[in-house]
Amino acid sequence: MKHSAFFWFVLPSATAMLLFIFFPIVSIIVQSLYVEHAQVIIETENCGPFGCTPTTMVDQEATEALRREQPLGRFAGFTTYLDRGHLAVNEVAAAWDASSGWRDFGGRMLNLPFYKAMAFTLTYTFIVTPLTIILGFMIAVAVNGAVRAIRGPLIFFSLLPMIVTPLVGSLILFWMVDARGIIGATLQALADDPGLSVKASTPLMWIMLMVYGVWHAAPFAFIVYYAGLQTVNTDTLESAMIDGASRWQRIRYVVIPHLLPLTTFIALIQLMDNFRVFEPIVSFAASAHATSLSWAIYNDLGGETRQLSSAAATSVLTILGVAILLSPVLVRTWREFSRART
Amino acid sequence: MKMWTTAALGTAIAILGSTAALAACPVTEGRINIVGNEFPAIQSVAAKALECAEGIEAESNLTADHQKINVAGMSGNPAEYTSAIIANSSIVALINEDVIRPLDDLIAAHGQDIAQRQLITIDGKVMAVAFMANAQHLVYRADVLEQIGVEPPKTYEEMLEAARMIREQGIMENPVGGAYAAGWNLAEEFVNMYIGHGGEFYKPGTAEVSINNEQGVATLNMLKALSEYMNPDFLTHDSNATSAEWEAGNVALMNMWGSRTGVLMDSEGSEPVVYENTKVGPPMTVGGGTNPASTLWWDGWTVAKNIDDAAAAATFQALAHATSSALLNDETMGQAVWLMDGYKPAPVNEGVLAAVAMGTTPYPMLPYQGLLHTALGDNLAEFLQGKESAEQALADVEAAYTAAAKEKGFLN
Repeated sequence: MKHSAFFWFVLPSATAMLLFIFFPIVSIIVQSLYVEHAQVIIETENCGPFGCTPTTMVDQEATEALRREQPLGRFAGFTTYLDRGHLAVNEVAAAWDASSGWRDFGGRMLNLPFYKAMAFTLTYTFIVTPLTIILGFMIAVAVNGAVRAIRGPLIFFSLLPMIVTPLVGSLILFWMVDARGIIGATLQALADDPGLSVKASTPLMWIMLMVYGVWHAAPFAFIVYYAGLQTVNTDTLESAMIDGASRWQRIRYVVIPHLLPLTTFIALIQLMDNFRVFEPIVSFAASAHATSLSWAIYNDLGGETRQLSSAAATSVLTILGVAILLSPVLVRTWREFSRART
Repeated sequence: MKMWTTAALGTAIAILGSTAALAACPVTEGRINIVGNEFPAIQSVAAKALECAEGIEAESNLTADHQKINVAGMSGNPAEYTSAIIANSSIVALINEDVIRPLDDLIAAHGQDIAQRQLITIDGKVMAVAFMANAQHLVYRADVLEQIGVEPPKTYEEMLEAARMIREQGIMENPVGGAYAAGWNLAEEFVNMYIGHGGEFYKPGTAEVSINNEQGVATLNMLKALSEYMNPDFLTHDSNATSAEWEAGNVALMNMWGSRTGVLMDSEGSEPVVYENTKVGPPMTVGGGTNPASTLWWDGWTVAKNIDDAAAAATFQALAHATSSALLNDETMGQAVWLMDGYKPAPVNEGVLAAVAMGTTPYPMLPYQGLLHTALGDNLAEFLQGKESAEQALADVEAAYTAAAKEKGFLN
């Protein structure tokens, strides 16, 4: 392609990426380095239906003047990153000094919001991603082996979990696992424990969130693999059959190697998606048991007083986390790509 | 102050019934866009206000997530929302961000007939017009209490005792209800109970939090004792889920918002045995204190700062009309404890009126209270799950609040 043609070809998407991805990221990085001005508090009196009470309020005019002078707020450098709500360096050091052993240290770390969120986020990512890939592959092989006439409806039903809006899908599951819901009541009967409640137990809540994650994402892996299965070389498969390979051996030695690049692709997308786990935590009202980085951002912005710098710092940490997670896969892809060219 | 509020709300409102001139309605210029919470009383007010719009743009966005969007929706110029319906806690964020305008000149022009007690005056300027009072108070099942032979509890200790009897007699497994969902609701229950124990949230005259004390521990222990008589899923139950538990007949005692009791006492959604026996009582005290373990709230409306004068005038007039006696009819009368003239209390409102008469503390309107509320909501669940000590939970709240207050410039 000529350089000018290439330029015009990528211009629209490059502009969109610049506007909607690059600039917002620059903006949150800048935001995360600043904190608000020292508040000018004045003593005053509030009157309302329940009488007058002395109270304090923010002095609007003084604040306005401060903001005009320095619209971004006070420069804080990495203070927000290092405070208790994020990397909590002082608290981690204190926990290290005070703890009696690894177990105790771990417990103290999990009391800090960032590490608590990371513990769940990473567990979720590393359990849900492989399960999604395996389940998606199994569905794809099964659908591909089905009689042609019923494949259409089968594909439709297999895709349903992805079609359902995440918030709605998780709400439905949330009601089903309620102590009086169909799954919750069945579990109580199976465990012979009328007090058993999924919503009240941290391990069960974690399992439910991960089950939901796999249920929701498996159709994506399925459809990618299903498309890949259509491109498997039938000559190779037939010759494998003539050589006496069983169905399992054909999958293991022909199909899986053929689909490996797709697995890399799915793993990339799923690692990114799962690291940002958010909707099920909100829908399941699970924040008492599990939090994630995305939930922390939402929580910072959702209070009556918005904590923009804190949310920005968590966002930057999320981006760094995704970059670290993806680096092995990206490095591998790059190596394969270079090898293919030489 | 106690006498004043009793007079103003308990009886005077009912008797006054004035026939003052109504704010101009319909309005034909400007635009109206209201953001606010979602419960029957606010839905009635917003609908009434939108009726006033004649040939102008008028809409409302009522959602439980209103606090997440109102500051953002009013920060632009012109602001998306011309009015936010808020409560005494959430007005603080709007004032901190300077997105609402003083109403004095609009009142002079269009609002002469608004009752003085409705005006929320901050630092000498009217910033909001309140239209209803709200508080959490006792809701109980008269038939269940009769069965165990006790009077409606006046203290949380009596509530625990009644709950124990109901469970032991096999009437209900989890007789106590409560909006204990981790987050805002749980924090609100802590604030109620801490005030009931006579606690102070901050070191006097500063923004430095001090809740890790005897009262704080007593508060947490009482919350935990109550939670042991609740459905094990209590940390996921907000006001809606708690109301559903009540209507399902699973609960006999709870501390619930006055604004939500109307729904519990109507014939929709529950069996006659539940709604006929649902009664309200005054808020309870705790730990031998005299101050009720509850907070008083008002709900009111504001007018955005960053809008043109025509939109401000239209919004003001429509909402002034919607919160005048013109709103009151058989359907709306019981929806809330209305503050405007012409309101006649219904039995469903007795809990809130009693809360006012008992001199219940209004929810603190401090610029940094929202940060403490968020910190409480995030850090108390682990104690209630038995994963950490009360002292540790309170220390976590203080540390989380301090980090947030430093970022927002309230502490150095």
